[in-house]
Amino acid sequence: MKRFSPLVLLALAACATGPADEEARQRAEQVFRGSFTHGNRAIAARVEKQDEAQALCTRYRNEPPKDVAEKIESTEAAGIRYPVPGKFLGDWRQGEKIAQDGYGLRFTDPDTKRPNGGGCYNCHRIAPAEISYGTVGPSLYRFGALRGAGEPVQRYVYGKIYDAQAYLACSQMPRFGKNGVLTEEQITHLVALLLDPQSPVNK
Amino acid sequence: MPSPRLAALLIAAALPCAGLAQQDTQKEVERYRQLLAEGNPADLFEAKGEELWKARRGPKNASLEQCDLGLGAGVVKGAFAHLPRYFADTDRVQDMESRIVTCMVTLQGFTPEQAMKNPFSAPGRPSDMEALASYVAGESKGMKLDTPLAHPKEVEAFRVGEQLFYRRAGPHDFACVSCHGDNGKRIRLQDLPKLTDPNDAQKIFTTWPAYRVSQGSVRTMQHRLYDCYWQMRHPQLDYASEASIALEVFMAKYANGGEIRAPGLKR
Amino acid sequence: MAEPMRIRANMTGDKVEVRVLMAHEMETGQRKDGSGKLVPAHFIQNVTVTCTGRTVLSAQWGTSISKNPFMHFRFKGGKPGDKVTISWVDNKGERRTDEAVIAGG
Repeated sequence: MKRFSPLVLLALAACATGPADEEARQRAEQVFRGSFTHGNRAIAARVEKQDEAQALCTRYRNEPPKDVAEKIESTEAAGIRYPVPGKFLGDWRQGEKIAQDGYGLRFTDPDTKRPNGGGCYNCHRIAPAEISYGTVGPSLYRFGALRGAGEPVQRYVYGKIYDAQAYLACSQMPRFGKNGVLTEEQITHLVALLLDPQSPVNK
Repeated sequence: MPSPRLAALLIAAALPCAGLAQQDTQKEVERYRQLLAEGNPADLFEAKGEELWKARRGPKNASLEQCDLGLGAGVVKGAFAHLPRYFADTDRVQDMESRIVTCMVTLQGFTPEQAMKNPFSAPGRPSDMEALASYVAGESKGMKLDTPLAHPKEVEAFRVGEQLFYRRAGPHDFACVSCHGDNGKRIRLQDLPKLTDPNDAQKIFTTWPAYRVSQGSVRTMQHRLYDCYWQMRHPQLDYASEASIALEVFMAKYANGGEIRAPGLKR
Repeated sequence: MAEPMRIRANMTGDKVEVRVLMAHEMETGQRKDGSGKLVPAHFIQNVTVTCTGRTVLSAQWGTSISKNPFMHFRFKGGKPGDKVTISWVDNKGERRTDEAVIAGG
């Protein structure tokens, strides 16, 4: 039984970023806008507009050409807000709580004063006591033990959590600091979780 | 400083230990799943759904027995295996749930609002749609998924679904591909299928709808998408929306050929 | 008023096969709610299944049975058309009884 007409195969073949693709993208935007009409309006506004990195990463399906990738990385790096000099390391105990906590920004999370979590264990292995960890991202177990906790490493870890795309364009890791998911202070606690020699991550 | 030979032995001995904790966890999860599989609460939803399908209801006091799910009026067996698909009478691509809604409106006289009032059950508020979906899907159990991609609207739905699959947005920059774009990954302990890999898609897509233990009810593909968007920090996805159907058309293409094991059983 | 149980009873060979899904929160008394308060224990303690006046299953449950308990069991001595009656009582004294007719094999 014929499943795919020649027209279909032609249409599906026009997969690269050509005019057929742009047409599909615009149609998809229209469909997207019309499919969240009964929900939370503020959250809808937040997702209807994509920022530059999101639009480019969508367009290139997270494999941007070298020049596009470099531009994304430098733009994102320029936007990182660092904490007071010398204070990259917060409290690893608070870091563990933030890493465990997936709260925040969902349409069931009410507007309270409760801070957002990082949800880090959803994707990463971190402290050894937690066996319910995800594997979407690499294991962070022994992160500091393997790399030391000097200032450049602290700066790197802070920057990576603040905006992962400053280091890898179109990384799947959320830009926690840039997008306002976590505060600068919360990020310093996560840096400590990974780098503090007393953290269970490094023992 | 140990000799190179001793060092190699030590490293070799240390490596499996890192994986052992993970293996034990996986084994226990598998054992749990096997225990669950010996009795699927979804059976009860299927039975309820068959009752509802045959009951005279609505302003027209009619049953759904003349519903055309794509294989002709009154044919339920095998229909789910060919959904989503284009329907001439509504001039659009429809999935199982939206088609049941269409039949509730045209055959039974409900308004669309009434038909879509309670798609997802909550404590004290069971959903008819979950039972109906369980019944209809169950009538295709054992058959191979075989959705069409020929009509121009079906092709358009695929291309729209494809765009949506890769669309990164919101404070976490998530797209469907963020979680469903790689093999062998999991969120916490929940394995993730790579939805563009037929090897994964054929096994997993066809287990929906499913009784979800964590939800205490059968949940459908519409709910799965709604739940995904919730986790992706997006707003509530409209029930039976065009976006949901487009995504289903996209996923079904990679899942075609898979054996339908719905209604399934999940955490 | 608790929600109805979903029951299915049919013949499998010479036995009656019963599947029942009960709607109950089955709180252990150890869980904390969003504000940190302990949610009081609320769980089914006793389950009784009868068929034509005869008790075919009797169970005493504790807090290790999870939410919306699902039971699947078989017993001898029933036939199509007979009624299977299932009752539960919980630790608060709430109770629920539902029944189903045994379908043919």
